Amino acid sequence: MSSLAFVDLSVRYGRRDAIAGFTDTVRPGEWLCLIGPNGAGKSSILRATAGLVPHGGRIEVDGSPLSLRSSRRRAELVAYVPQSPNLPDDMTGAEYVLLGRNPYIGYFGVESQHDLAMVASVLDRLDLADFARRPLGTMSGGERQRLVIARAIAQEAPILLLDEPTSALDIGHQQQALELVDRLRREHGLTVVSAMHDLTLAGLYADRLALLHQGHVVATGPAASVLRPETLSEFYGVSVSVHHEDDGTVVVVPRRTSA
Amino acid sequence: MLADPLARTATTARSVAARPGRWWLPASLVLLAVALFLGVMVGPAGNWGSADWNIIWNVRLPRVVLAGIVGATLSLSGASYQGVFRNPLVDPYLLGVAAGAGLGATIVFAVGRASTTTWLIDPLPLAAFIGGLLAVLLTYLVGASFGANRNGVTLVLAGVAVTSLATAIQAFVLQRNTEVIREVYSWILGRLTLANWGDVRLVLPYVVVSSAVLLLHRRHLDVLRVGDDEAISLGTQVTRVRLVVVIAATMGTAAVVSVSGLIGFVGIVVPHAVRLLAGASYRRLLPLSLVVGAAFLILADIPGRVLQDPAETPIGVVTAFFGAPFFILVLRTRGRSLG
Repeated sequence: MSSLAFVDLSVRYGRRDAIAGFTDTVRPGEWLCLIGPNGAGKSSILRATAGLVPHGGRIEVDGSPLSLRSSRRRAELVAYVPQSPNLPDDMTGAEYVLLGRNPYIGYFGVESQHDLAMVASVLDRLDLADFARRPLGTMSGGERQRLVIARAIAQEAPILLLDEPTSALDIGHQQQALELVDRLRREHGLTVVSAMHDLTLAGLYADRLALLHQGHVVATGPAASVLRPETLSEFYGVSVSVHHEDDGTVVVVPRRTSA
Repeated sequence: MLADPLARTATTARSVAARPGRWWLPASLVLLAVALFLGVMVGPAGNWGSADWNIIWNVRLPRVVLAGIVGATLSLSGASYQGVFRNPLVDPYLLGVAAGAGLGATIVFAVGRASTTTWLIDPLPLAAFIGGLLAVLLTYLVGASFGANRNGVTLVLAGVAVTSLATAIQAFVLQRNTEVIREVYSWILGRLTLANWGDVRLVLPYVVVSSAVLLLHRRHLDVLRVGDDEAISLGTQVTRVRLVVVIAATMGTAAVVSVSGLIGFVGIVVPHAVRLLAGASYRRLLPLSLVVGAAFLILADIPGRVLQDPAETPIGVVTAFFGAPFFILVLRTRGRSLG
């Protein structure tokens, strides 16, 4: 298990600060969910951690800065699932999951027997054996999302970044995908950082929420302390009612403002 | 009887590694052998007298071998450009590589070809390479500058613009140096019909290096299929891979253009035909494009010899005749193939 620390992280696009002065420590095995309105900087944090955008400040895994790592070594530590992954239609499920082994294969190398066995076992554990030989273009949204997660698992990175993992899925497949991530993070001791729009789901699965607004953290903590009607109305500009179920689940329901 | 869920066989490493279409490579090698045979046998000289043998060894065989090298290189480069730009529409010609190479060669002729013949390294292929490389980099920069939502057509349009620019500069240079026009045009039209073993020796080093580098990057091209961001997050140094592949593909293209002249559409027809038959994975696509491209151009060279015998139909005419309709077909079905 690995910890992930952000120290004074900043990301700029041109003159605009997408994220500024972000400091947080995600404990080993913790699931941190970034929430906030569109443009709050959630994706920028994930993209900076995956090495896709230049950033100021430091991002540390187990105390050592990621920026000192080679791109391959970084990929061994951090797996990234983008908001809308590219899935080439005629690539098979097995070929796609095998891409997750890329960091372990030398520049001119080919995958070893170990890599192939690893992919086979990931496909089995995620119940995807039937999709190994099928082209991605023939699969449904839920099946594709499971394969994307499978690719990230095959990467064997202790830190998993998920950018809006459920935005394209119906409610059943949303639950299925998040349950899968939750199961895998317990089995593998993964540290998870996700960005999500559905506040109820975010509170349900994450250990901790961080609410971002215009590039700054405005609230962080467990769901019950972050998901308050007055906080949400201030930063999202919405009118919601928040219900607390007996099992501790926090449910956020939008309220009609017009009579 | 209900199946026992526990009896489901586990996925094995063997089944993950199993790729469809392993028999395509032997099949394509057979095609190449047939093409070589026909290429050597078809033509005015066909009796096995010693005079005919002389013709076959010194005239027809170098021509067939050179056609094979040119076809292999153009197809392999085309497939590599398509992979590295994630764009099924590009080929060495549409990207402006050929026009840039032509401009580079024209400048060498204008400066004075005669004074360079004593140089240790022939500057002609080198100038063609530099011209081609500048052209493809310019095309990429212009095409990429039109927004993040880069679609395939933008890059092709940029290639058209760069081609026009290079052709215009070439025309200007030729206007100022009218005495080299004949040399330049015979270079542009190519000399496949007059090929000798010297031409084969001239291009072979460039082509071998270019092909080896491209084939060694075929796994990286498969990683690039998921896009730059995901490839980076998977640990691939996208910029470096792209630069190395573009340089290698351009070097091969410039070298073969310097002996074969303008032969369009090979780099787009062959890789697409291979994709349709054997799938789009670059691990299969690159070696298959190499072999099928060689066979294709050897075969495309045959009608030119026979149709208007004894006059020759230029091979570029034959490939364009098949290639242009095919390109339109690709345009129509674009968008699903390389997404």
